[in-house]
Amino acid sequence: MNLKHVNAIVVGAGAGGGVVAKELSEAGLSVVLLERGEWVSFETYGQDELINQRTTVLGNAYGPDDRSPRVIETSPGTWGVVMPNEGGYSNNAACVGSGTVSYGAMGWRYMEKDFKMRSTYGAPEGSTLEDWPISYADLEPCYHKAEQEVGVSGDMSTNPFAAPRKDPYPMPAFPYNHEGRILEAAAKRLGFHPFPIPMLRNSVPYGGRNACIHNRYCCGFACPNNAKNGTHNTVIPRALASGNCELRTRSVASEVVIDDHGVARGVRYFDENDAPQYQTADLVVVSGGAIETARLLLNSKSKLFPNGAGNRYDWVGRNLQGHAYCGADGLFDEDTFDDVGSGATIAISDFNHGNPGVTGGAVLCNEFIRPPYGFTGMRPPGSPLWGKAHKDFQRRFYKRNISVRGPVQEMPVFDVRAQIDPSVRDHWGIPVVRLSGNRHPGDIDTARVIADRAEAWLKEAGAVEIWRNIPGTAAGAGQHQAGTCRMGDDPKISVTNRFGQLHDVGNMFVSDASLHVTNGGFNPALTILALGYWVSDHIKARWKAGVLT
Amino acid sequence: MHASGRLLKHGSLSPTPPRISRSRKAVAMSAPEPTIPQGPGFSRRTALKLGLVGVIGAACGVGSTRFVARLGKAARPRYRFFTEAEAKLLIDICEQIIPGDDAPGATETGAIHYIDRQICGPLAKHKRAYRVGLESFRQTCLRKYNAPFETLDPSAKIEMLRMIESDAAPKALWDEPSAGAFFNLVLAHTMQSFYGSPRHGGNRDYSSYRMLGLDYPQIAGQNRYPKA
Repeated sequence: MNLKHVNAIVVGAGAGGGVVAKELSEAGLSVVLLERGEWVSFETYGQDELINQRTTVLGNAYGPDDRSPRVIETSPGTWGVVMPNEGGYSNNAACVGSGTVSYGAMGWRYMEKDFKMRSTYGAPEGSTLEDWPISYADLEPCYHKAEQEVGVSGDMSTNPFAAPRKDPYPMPAFPYNHEGRILEAAAKRLGFHPFPIPMLRNSVPYGGRNACIHNRYCCGFACPNNAKNGTHNTVIPRALASGNCELRTRSVASEVVIDDHGVARGVRYFDENDAPQYQTADLVVVSGGAIETARLLLNSKSKLFPNGAGNRYDWVGRNLQGHAYCGADGLFDEDTFDDVGSGATIAISDFNHGNPGVTGGAVLCNEFIRPPYGFTGMRPPGSPLWGKAHKDFQRRFYKRNISVRGPVQEMPVFDVRAQIDPSVRDHWGIPVVRLSGNRHPGDIDTARVIADRAEAWLKEAGAVEIWRNIPGTAAGAGQHQAGTCRMGDDPKISVTNRFGQLHDVGNMFVSDASLHVTNGGFNPALTILALGYWVSDHIKARWKAGVLT
Repeated sequence: MHASGRLLKHGSLSPTPPRISRSRKAVAMSAPEPTIPQGPGFSRRTALKLGLVGVIGAACGVGSTRFVARLGKAARPRYRFFTEAEAKLLIDICEQIIPGDDAPGATETGAIHYIDRQICGPLAKHKRAYRVGLESFRQTCLRKYNAPFETLDPSAKIEMLRMIESDAAPKALWDEPSAGAFFNLVLAHTMQSFYGSPRHGGNRDYSSYRMLGLDYPQIAGQNRYPKA
């Protein structure tokens, strides 16, 4: 059966793809939005401690399932197949809205220096650290649009390190919870500059949806009250309402077809019945997340590009980044727990940059509410993990602890990568991705500096026992995966131009965190959304001018 | 259906992989019996950790129940996977991990039911580790104390478990899984049972939530959320 030709195919209904589908369809282009997962709702798994985005011991609540294995190379020559709910897989999600359904919903703008890492720090040996081809100022209007259209609650007035913004947030910031109030006073005594975490969550009714009810479990779960803002309840419904966008769920893309003239003609995919389909279009946007986008490009071999789309110089899948999470945990003699979700309320940006002797840094935030099962893993080194001692610890400290965490900006490494495995295929017969590489040693140096700051903060807050968390050497891109299709001005050391357009294929684009040259010392969701608007603006301008390839 | 009732009764190993009823896991790879290729340095131990080794457990579910049901009500097995003897030992191990005191422990809250149910579902890759590990545990205990674990006094039970945890058990009795790996498996699953949602078989009546003074169950919008 021949599918009706459309103007644009967007592969992946996550943060990046959701925005692009909305922007293009509202601009009058006919759009097919392909999503390998399905619509999910809170009702499916509720607040199950063992099946959610953070704890996957009994499976992935938000996809994918075991039909989508990956190969992990733990050291050269040592590798094995892992399932999506197992460690090392670096899962994001597979559903309409992808990670934005279940995320903690921190809505950060990166800082100006985050776009100028090489100019600021030089390139450390062993790293492909580079400046973005665009600046914060270029992206600022897109950040604004993302904050308005998806919805962010925030207030940066007490954060002197925040990048300049033209307009206030559309919703007021969330108040600090009990942990936040304890940490606020301590931060001020230390001369830090605490401020409320900006959240892609409704502090007041917004966008026709409810205000947050502060239920206990938020990060890792869909929202029971539809107050957490993702693409699934904002831009994707708008795209569908335009009448120009068709969303096809359970549709697994296998290849972008590129003709002998280097023009993208369409996308091959498997439909909900596992039947192969071929959808043609005038242009293709790939938004599968940094790992799956790289996989799709590498699996899209053509006469002109036998090593995959955009891969003439072997940069697709390279420089895979996540964050080197670090921090400190502290135990208290008084209650810190107030059962006001999501729990993460306070941040300091004092140490995102300017840390002597190291590259970059991280924002520091108090952690989301830990479910009791998650708390069983939160112990000072050497503590007994079982027996009466375990039970006593849970009883004594479950409501008397604070965890402070920071996503340390990773130095990109050329050999931390997603490539195509030569033998393993998924349920649909599509070659799977193989992940490999170790993070830059400088990341761990930075993490030590940031963890020291977290420790000092907790000490000032009155913690009676504190221990630090320092990441290991194994790279793990996780849900913050980024960097595999770097944007840049030089086609020899980047995959797309500054607008997310492939250097080699004029009607093919990437719009997700694959484009990130560096990943900031922040959760990346708002930047992915902003880039969706940035890439869309470029596509729309070309469309209007009649430039197709 | 093969005679899985007999297999269950004697605790021997089925030559065929079990049917897994949960549709999420029942999805086949592209080939009916996928062979998982492995790199040269990829050890069997790593494979086990990653859950790649073919499962050799006894069958769960429908077949066995029906078979045994014909023998009469008294013979209906209490567990889907474990034999009575295995379950008795495992219950005792779990109880040491989360002992009952003024709040219920692992036994009372149903740890065995969580593990038994989940290894016939999402945790099926651990069947072999349980079957082999429990037998290694039993033999280790007999060798060290000349008595079954259940009959040891409380301090000896803890001493025995510390030996398993620290991988100090006789290596001749532990290959795959190692003693330490087996302990970590039971530890993780006991914690999951105790703190996870009761719908998975453990945490009876939200005992752990009551122990921690947390509202239970979570009902959206109906718990005592303070006004922000």
